[in-house]
Amino acid sequence: MAKILAVDDSASMRQMVGFTLKGAGHDVQEACDGVEALKIAQTGTFDLVLTDINMPNMDGVTLIKELRQLPAYKFTPMLTLTTESGAEKKMEGKQAGATGWIVKPFSPDQLLATIKKVLG
Amino acid sequence: MSVDMSQFYQTFFEESFEGLDIMESGLLGLDIGAADEETINTVFRAAHSIKGGSATFGFSVVAEFTHLMETLLDEMRDGTRMVTEDSVDYLLKSVDCLRELLTAVQDESEHNAEFVNEVKAGLERILHGDTAADTASSGGKAEGETAQEKPEIEGWVIEFKPADYLLKTGNDPVRLFNELSLLGEMETSCCTDNIPLFAEIEPENLYLSWTITLKGNIAKEQVNEVFEWVDDDADIILTCLGEEQAGEEKSSQEPVPLTVVESEANVEPGNSDAQGAEAESIVKNISPKAAAKPAAKKITSKEQSSIRVGIDKVDDLINMVGELVITQSMLGQLGENVNSANIEKLQDGLAQLERNTRELQESVMRIRMLPISFAFQRFPRMVRDLSNQLGKEINLVLLGEQTELDKTVMEKIGDPLVHLVRNSVDHGIESPDEREAKGKSREGTVELNAFHQGGSIVIEIKDDGKGIDKQVIFDKAVEKGIVNANESLTDEQIFDLIFAPGFSTAAVVSDVSGRGVGMDVVKRNIRELGGTIEVKSEKGQGSTIIIRLPLTLAILDGQLIRVGEDTYIIPLISIIESLQVKPEQISSIGGQAELYKLRDEYIPIVRLYDAFGLTPDSTDLKDGLIVIVEGDGGQAGLYVDDLLGQQQVVIKSLETNFRPVEGISGATILGDGTVALILDIAGLITLSRQSRGRAA
Repeated sequence: MAKILAVDDSASMRQMVGFTLKGAGHDVQEACDGVEALKIAQTGTFDLVLTDINMPNMDGVTLIKELRQLPAYKFTPMLTLTTESGAEKKMEGKQAGATGWIVKPFSPDQLLATIKKVLG
Repeated sequence: MSVDMSQFYQTFFEESFEGLDIMESGLLGLDIGAADEETINTVFRAAHSIKGGSATFGFSVVAEFTHLMETLLDEMRDGTRMVTEDSVDYLLKSVDCLRELLTAVQDESEHNAEFVNEVKAGLERILHGDTAADTASSGGKAEGETAQEKPEIEGWVIEFKPADYLLKTGNDPVRLFNELSLLGEMETSCCTDNIPLFAEIEPENLYLSWTITLKGNIAKEQVNEVFEWVDDDADIILTCLGEEQAGEEKSSQEPVPLTVVESEANVEPGNSDAQGAEAESIVKNISPKAAAKPAAKKITSKEQSSIRVGIDKVDDLINMVGELVITQSMLGQLGENVNSANIEKLQDGLAQLERNTRELQESVMRIRMLPISFAFQRFPRMVRDLSNQLGKEINLVLLGEQTELDKTVMEKIGDPLVHLVRNSVDHGIESPDEREAKGKSREGTVELNAFHQGGSIVIEIKDDGKGIDKQVIFDKAVEKGIVNANESLTDEQIFDLIFAPGFSTAAVVSDVSGRGVGMDVVKRNIRELGGTIEVKSEKGQGSTIIIRLPLTLAILDGQLIRVGEDTYIIPLISIIESLQVKPEQISSIGGQAELYKLRDEYIPIVRLYDAFGLTPDSTDLKDGLIVIVEGDGGQAGLYVDDLLGQQQVVIKSLETNFRPVEGISGATILGDGTVALILDIAGLITLSRQSRGRAA
């Protein structure tokens, strides 16, 4: 079981991700944008951060940059959920410090398979 | 693990429809040529979420369509595409289209394919007109497909030399090796040559590199996939086992965008392309599944009549009910032991009860109140479409959007407002050239304003167009036989003519408005709501239409009056003044209709006892009182025996409980349990006009 922070501005995506991860026995906290996520992140530690890129208030790239500044999140795996299959967005995430990415749309099974890569 | 995706559908639809509203208002707010970045971003995000969700939940039609919008918006966001009128038009149409698609998916019905295809074609035309945005991805798909056939592979030698900051990206080589080991038999050897002297070691850095031998018939893509995330943070050299020629170099050390692009282009099934192909194939994979399983749960799209209530209003209510309960228990205690000592306390308690009740009533009423923006929100789009259609330049200004109004009133005022705004746009505002010729700015302004005034809400529709030509109206009315050519009318009366049935001044009956039905219906609708409508206009300067509506239909401030034995209620809003009669100011026409001269105006007198067949205290006008009331553009003096008091009354419909009665708009129950009828002032005035007509 891992503690996972799932960040997405879309409620249905959040529900889906949350439901899938909880179903697999993980402890999931949800946030609807970067600002909220950052707040939650500071109250505890997480084994994995999953974040959407396009969000109001604070986007995923900024969130990752901010999180990497925090000592507790220096080595934490962080994955971006992105529909943009273009290299550019992935690189932006990578440069901000993201570990990797999951391309939307993904099925619950794909999601679980992917996070297994970083929760080894 | 199987997850039933249909449980997320409802949330998805809700947020998607919300997203569409956001997109629509965002697009309408875009300035052509100088688009606000944040607005485009917001619109983009909404489209993006819909696309992501619809793809995830298997609505591929929606996803495909949204993809086009998103691409266009993305280019606008990046600044590689100018925001043009044309593209915004198509984006707006796309919003409609998407709404149609989503509704169809939700209802599991067929969408209007013709409309969707048309908009799709339009978007594609815009997209492909000058950029080759999509050629790249289709190329990638082709490559991904050709990469299928390959010869037997013995295995790979992988030289993995990560950058020293690798750990700080959250990637751990151990996890990569674990994953590689799932592919085949693996041997690793670690190279420690790069470890610096102890004193120079940065504990957070990674100084190791590895050579991995992986045996088995493993496709190159499988290996690449494992290293996908660290591609740019490591040197990775793949050599096919048994092949002696130099392996392909894949990667570059420093993440300079330019080199990245280059190295990716070198690797045959380029990473991003493969990713793109993958994404597409997933979309395709999901859709047949979803189609085969005709949605587990049927989601009803039927709009239930419900209102969203702010939590603070509900909290208020609960708080007040609490107070009420306290007061009630206090009174209960006092009631058990009534004596002269605590009579004062009892009175206090009753006063408190009254206060509680009134507050509770206000709070409950407030629940039905919605900001008028619900009625206003459709206008930006409508005005935009209309002005495009008519070739006019119009700036729509919305004011007082937060003004609250009863939901029932709001629902009924929507259509009349649409009609009035259409009129302003169509007939009021001139064409840009015409305006310029008159020395006005090319852009006309239509202003919608809502505010509270007393117990009513006022909605103004104001334009700076050509105004109403009184002469034209008058001539038209004469031509239609509504008035006599030799009648002299006040400005007010002339403007009022436009509300007469069958009256239209449009030179050409246009598609937009001007069939001569409408204004009379508008007026009737507003009257049914207990409101009034009034026109002010200055030729060449523009017109203002002022609508006054009661805040709510359920409660009314009333003046209690007495006629003989009976109590009636006059809505306070329609009373101008009450006065004692001076006999010398009464004149009668033909011995029948009586007129009261009030400040140079003659006001017809309506003897209420006459109208309702009652026995009054006195039939002599000077014994009673005259209440001057106004309604439906006319005035009348109601002759009553006495004024009793003012109070708020709850309106009970006569129509539903009994049957409609002329001159009566409803009934209420008074404190002593008796029923009092509420006068329909506009109806009474019409009645008196008719009887006058008969008399004359």
